[in-house]
Amino acid sequence: MNAATLTAPHNEGPDGSAALGHVVTGELDLSHGVALYLEDITVSFDGFKALNNLNLAIDAGELRCIIGPNGAGKTTMMDVITGKTRPDSGKAFFGQTIDLTRLTEPEIAHVGIGRKFQKPTIFEQHTAFENLELAMKTDKRVWKSLMAWLSGDDRDRIADTLKLIRLDGEADRPAGLLSHGQKQWLEIGMLLMQEPKLLLLDEPVAGMTDDETMRTAELFVSLAGKHSLVVVEHDMAFVEKLGGKVTVLHEGSVLAEGDLATVQNDQRVIEVYLGR
Amino acid sequence: MSATSSAFPLPASGRVPLTLRVFAALDRKAWIALAVFLALALVVVPVLHLTVPESSTFHVSAYAITLIGKIMCYALVAVAMDLIWGYGGILSLGHGLFFALGGYAFGMYLMRQIGRDGSYGADLPDFMVFLDWKELPWFWLGSDHFGWAALLALAVPAVVAFVFGYFAFRSRIKGVYFSIITQALTYAAMLLFFRNETGFGGNNGFTDFKRILGHGITSPEMRLVLFGLTALTLAATLVFAAWLVKSKFGRVLTAIRDAESRVMFIGYNPLWYKLTIWVISAVLCGIAGALYVPQVGIINPSEMSPANSIEIAIWVAVGGRGTLIGPVIGAFVVNLAKSWFTVSFPEYWLFFLGLLFIVVTLMLPQGLVGLWKKIIARKGAAA
Repeated sequence: MNAATLTAPHNEGPDGSAALGHVVTGELDLSHGVALYLEDITVSFDGFKALNNLNLAIDAGELRCIIGPNGAGKTTMMDVITGKTRPDSGKAFFGQTIDLTRLTEPEIAHVGIGRKFQKPTIFEQHTAFENLELAMKTDKRVWKSLMAWLSGDDRDRIADTLKLIRLDGEADRPAGLLSHGQKQWLEIGMLLMQEPKLLLLDEPVAGMTDDETMRTAELFVSLAGKHSLVVVEHDMAFVEKLGGKVTVLHEGSVLAEGDLATVQNDQRVIEVYLGR
Repeated sequence: MSATSSAFPLPASGRVPLTLRVFAALDRKAWIALAVFLALALVVVPVLHLTVPESSTFHVSAYAITLIGKIMCYALVAVAMDLIWGYGGILSLGHGLFFALGGYAFGMYLMRQIGRDGSYGADLPDFMVFLDWKELPWFWLGSDHFGWAALLALAVPAVVAFVFGYFAFRSRIKGVYFSIITQALTYAAMLLFFRNETGFGGNNGFTDFKRILGHGITSPEMRLVLFGLTALTLAATLVFAAWLVKSKFGRVLTAIRDAESRVMFIGYNPLWYKLTIWVISAVLCGIAGALYVPQVGIINPSEMSPANSIEIAIWVAVGGRGTLIGPVIGAFVVNLAKSWFTVSFPEYWLFFLGLLFIVVTLMLPQGLVGLWKKIIARKGAAA
């Protein structure tokens, strides 16, 4: 992995502060090969420990699948990484320097983490084109948005992404009119427009046809290397197709980690999850 | 983004001057409608008012000019409300406050212009003499300057909106909670302004204005000037608002309305977007208030009553949220109905207003503009 290609994108404005006027704790530094590092993360809701001393490290360029029964803490983990939920204790670092527990959601998006929700979350009143336009990596402060006007390069980039997610024929349709699978792809496209270094994908193939699922798997495999991907998924055929390392979460901690075959043969995993 | 419907074909991308983008914000039909409206307000009405004898059916009466001028101020408020509610998805039930603040700020100047022509013949406004005050409170300093008062009419609503909005949006207060807090805000302000000690004339407010810039406020010429200024401001506001909602800012705003968490996770901070449109909306209300007071001749705390602010929301709902012409139509329809009702059947006005709101909410979620579009679509399908 060439570290130089993975140094931080230029998120900062001309005054050196990140967009929105807050100072980000540092540039993204992936020189030690770790993209995401969670240490002893605990989150409790009214005494219930959604995450319990969770430890997880994702390498730069890695494709990781997270599986686990309902309530294992998968979505809470994504909430912690993206700033939606603050952990009660523990560390969450993006690269070597960026402390995620101190940043807001938009700041975390700016340092290079993109998130796809479980339920496709797109702007239904906007066209597919506009959805990608809004997601596109750029200065996202108010004044810049007021004065923004797409350049030819911007339009080309949006067109390329539309083609990649096979929505080039639907560019001007309101996104609310797209099929469920198309919405899922549009949201993935929005993530790509952000040019994130780490993509968090919560059940990205739910509601897709088998054909769409396989195409999504191919897309993700092609993204790995340049990006780090964390995929939460129940669909074992999809997980198998992705082929990366698998982490099993159970009751807020890591139960097992390894390739899919190893994990599937782990006695504890069979007990809590696969056996049922 | 797409320039297909604009009055001028714009390059789809590349550098486009801002003036051209503003021009492209409205389509050809809208520009023509705007030009007709301005020609009526700035030429036809003045001519009919000043030159046609009162006995003629073509004479436009002073009453009509004041009424239409007043409703244009309301229309301005309705457009401001639509920006925050229709496009931003934030229902304010306290917009009457910003309107009243603009009105009070300019009203201070009008009170100072009375000079020694008040009932007591004193330098101080009458209500201060009545309270036995010997000198102007500090916040009245400079109120004898037109420019300062005009600035205050913009700045006071802006500052109040900024401070309130910053804390409300930062705390992520949304939906009905936000609406209730804005109601409470305008109600609290009304109680404050009712007190004589506050220094704004208590429950009588400001009235008996005589002059603006030394010219008689009730002269036909001044009436026409105020009328024309209001029409120009309304037209300019519509152009500004059209540009705003068609810019990328406008698309981010509607995106926040539809899926706020998605907006945050793609890197926009909704706080500053909401705050920007909130302050713009408040300032537009302040301008409307400042234009309203000299035409109507009175401002008092009842303008801040919660019911007034709710009525603003009704204008927008009746006309059609999320369309810029809708609120203007709504303000005219509801207020013309109101002036007719309050003369013919005063006791039934509130029943009618309530009924109107229920009918529009249940049967016309897109308001009159939505109804019109439906009719056009049906005609198109039948043909």
